[in-house]
Amino acid sequence: MPDPTATLRLVDESLFVAGYEPLTLRGAECGRCGTTTFPSQDGCPRCGAQEMTDAALPRTGVLWSFTVQGFEPKPPYRGREPFTPYGVGYVDLGPVIVEARLTENDPARLHVGDTMELTLVPAFDDADGPVSTFAFAPAGDPA
Amino acid sequence: MKVAIVGIGLHPFGRTPGVSGRAQGAHAARAALADAGVEWSDVQFAFGGSHSAGDADSLVSDLGLTGAPFINVANGCGTGGSALIAARSAILSGEHDLGLVVGFDKHPPGAFNTDPAALGLGDWYGTTGLMLTTQFFAMKIQRYMHLHGITDDTLAAVAAKAFRNGALNPDAWRREPHSAQTIAASKMISHPLTQYMFCSPGEGAVALVVTRADHAHRYTETPIVIEAAEFRSRRFGSFEVFSPWLSPETAAGPTVEAARAAFDAAGVAPTDIDLAQIQDTESGAEIMHMAETGLCKDGEQEGLIRAGATEIGGMLPINTDGGCLANGEPIGASGLRQVYENVLQLRGDAGPRQVPGRPRAAFTHVYGAPGISACTVLTR
Repeated sequence: MPDPTATLRLVDESLFVAGYEPLTLRGAECGRCGTTTFPSQDGCPRCGAQEMTDAALPRTGVLWSFTVQGFEPKPPYRGREPFTPYGVGYVDLGPVIVEARLTENDPARLHVGDTMELTLVPAFDDADGPVSTFAFAPAGDPA
Repeated sequence: MKVAIVGIGLHPFGRTPGVSGRAQGAHAARAALADAGVEWSDVQFAFGGSHSAGDADSLVSDLGLTGAPFINVANGCGTGGSALIAARSAILSGEHDLGLVVGFDKHPPGAFNTDPAALGLGDWYGTTGLMLTTQFFAMKIQRYMHLHGITDDTLAAVAAKAFRNGALNPDAWRREPHSAQTIAASKMISHPLTQYMFCSPGEGAVALVVTRADHAHRYTETPIVIEAAEFRSRRFGSFEVFSPWLSPETAAGPTVEAARAAFDAAGVAPTDIDLAQIQDTESGAEIMHMAETGLCKDGEQEGLIRAGATEIGGMLPINTDGGCLANGEPIGASGLRQVYENVLQLRGDAGPRQVPGRPRAAFTHVYGAPGISACTVLTR
């Protein structure tokens, strides 16, 4: 079986903790007040301290809210052809609630409070093939 | 001292091919000056703004080169409110007695597209399809419905009211009533919100002439007093548009603080308000903003709307001119449209959409990116 990570190309490497397996989102935690941000940033938006350190975010959480993008957005969106509606949600990971693509695009199969797991989805294709971004899948869905 | 609105002017909202946003602004300004019975040369200062139709201060080329200070305001959806607040302060400070406030815009069809970098976000946020205001509104109402028992039927009912009121307003863009069933069955844009539940970027212009309240009777028999005009930005923990992450530590949004500040400054309670214009960029926003402004409690909207309380003849008429849903959203003009409508209603000049019972106190509210709100309380 081919190793899917061998050719994996990410939309922005800085969103992920380098070298972690399985793939993990990279946030930042404030050394003064404990606030966690995603993506990582230099200053704390809560207390203003510049004591942020990288944080590996939990890979599972609870669906906080969701929608389904029903029309093809204008640029800067770069989608795959043909356009397929895609789920978007906020997932509560504990220290931080992260906005993400969802693998599910049927609103009837999404509920606030559902357990969700981190995964990847192809976001768009460039000259070298698909480029992936982070997403959350309902827990227990086949990958 | 207080400040009063003594002249109002408006260019019809919607699409006006061949007429620039600036020209619509000049049209509204001239109409407001005529309504107050003054000449542009009488006006001592102006504040104005437009998001994408040119610099407001360039209107002096059309109105006349009088040397008066004309200051541009750029505050997104808060542009009109900010211009009004600035003009009011200029009069309260004693610096000037008579001024003009103007807002206009002309946007191309379709949803706004925003550059992530302009807001400090990575390119990935746009390329992967998260940079859409429509998603924010959908996710905010989705969670609110879950927490407070608001139904899909109520989302459709809000939009149906907007189009019903728009049909009574000759200056509105959308003047055709639609049933709640038609609205619910229209194309799903961002679940749970359908196409007819969203407003569209559009065109239009509004201008106001303001003066010291003790001078107001020189210009009109029906001055409308600006009892309060307040603006707030977000605090840590509020849920705002274009947020890649939220804090589990939640805070009320800027609407809550701006509305409370406006009611406090006016010495008026939300229960004293006879009608309100509140930001309804989509029907869920009207529902949530009813509670955020303090006009009702969370969850009460379902019963209030079902009972007709927010209709023109109800106990709390909301968005009597059709709101953003029927008028579209020309960013620079939209907040001032709300003030224009409240002035008309308080004067008793709103024609077929006049709120009965001679209203005395009226409220306006706008909300916009990146987490701002401006509110006013007007009385006669």
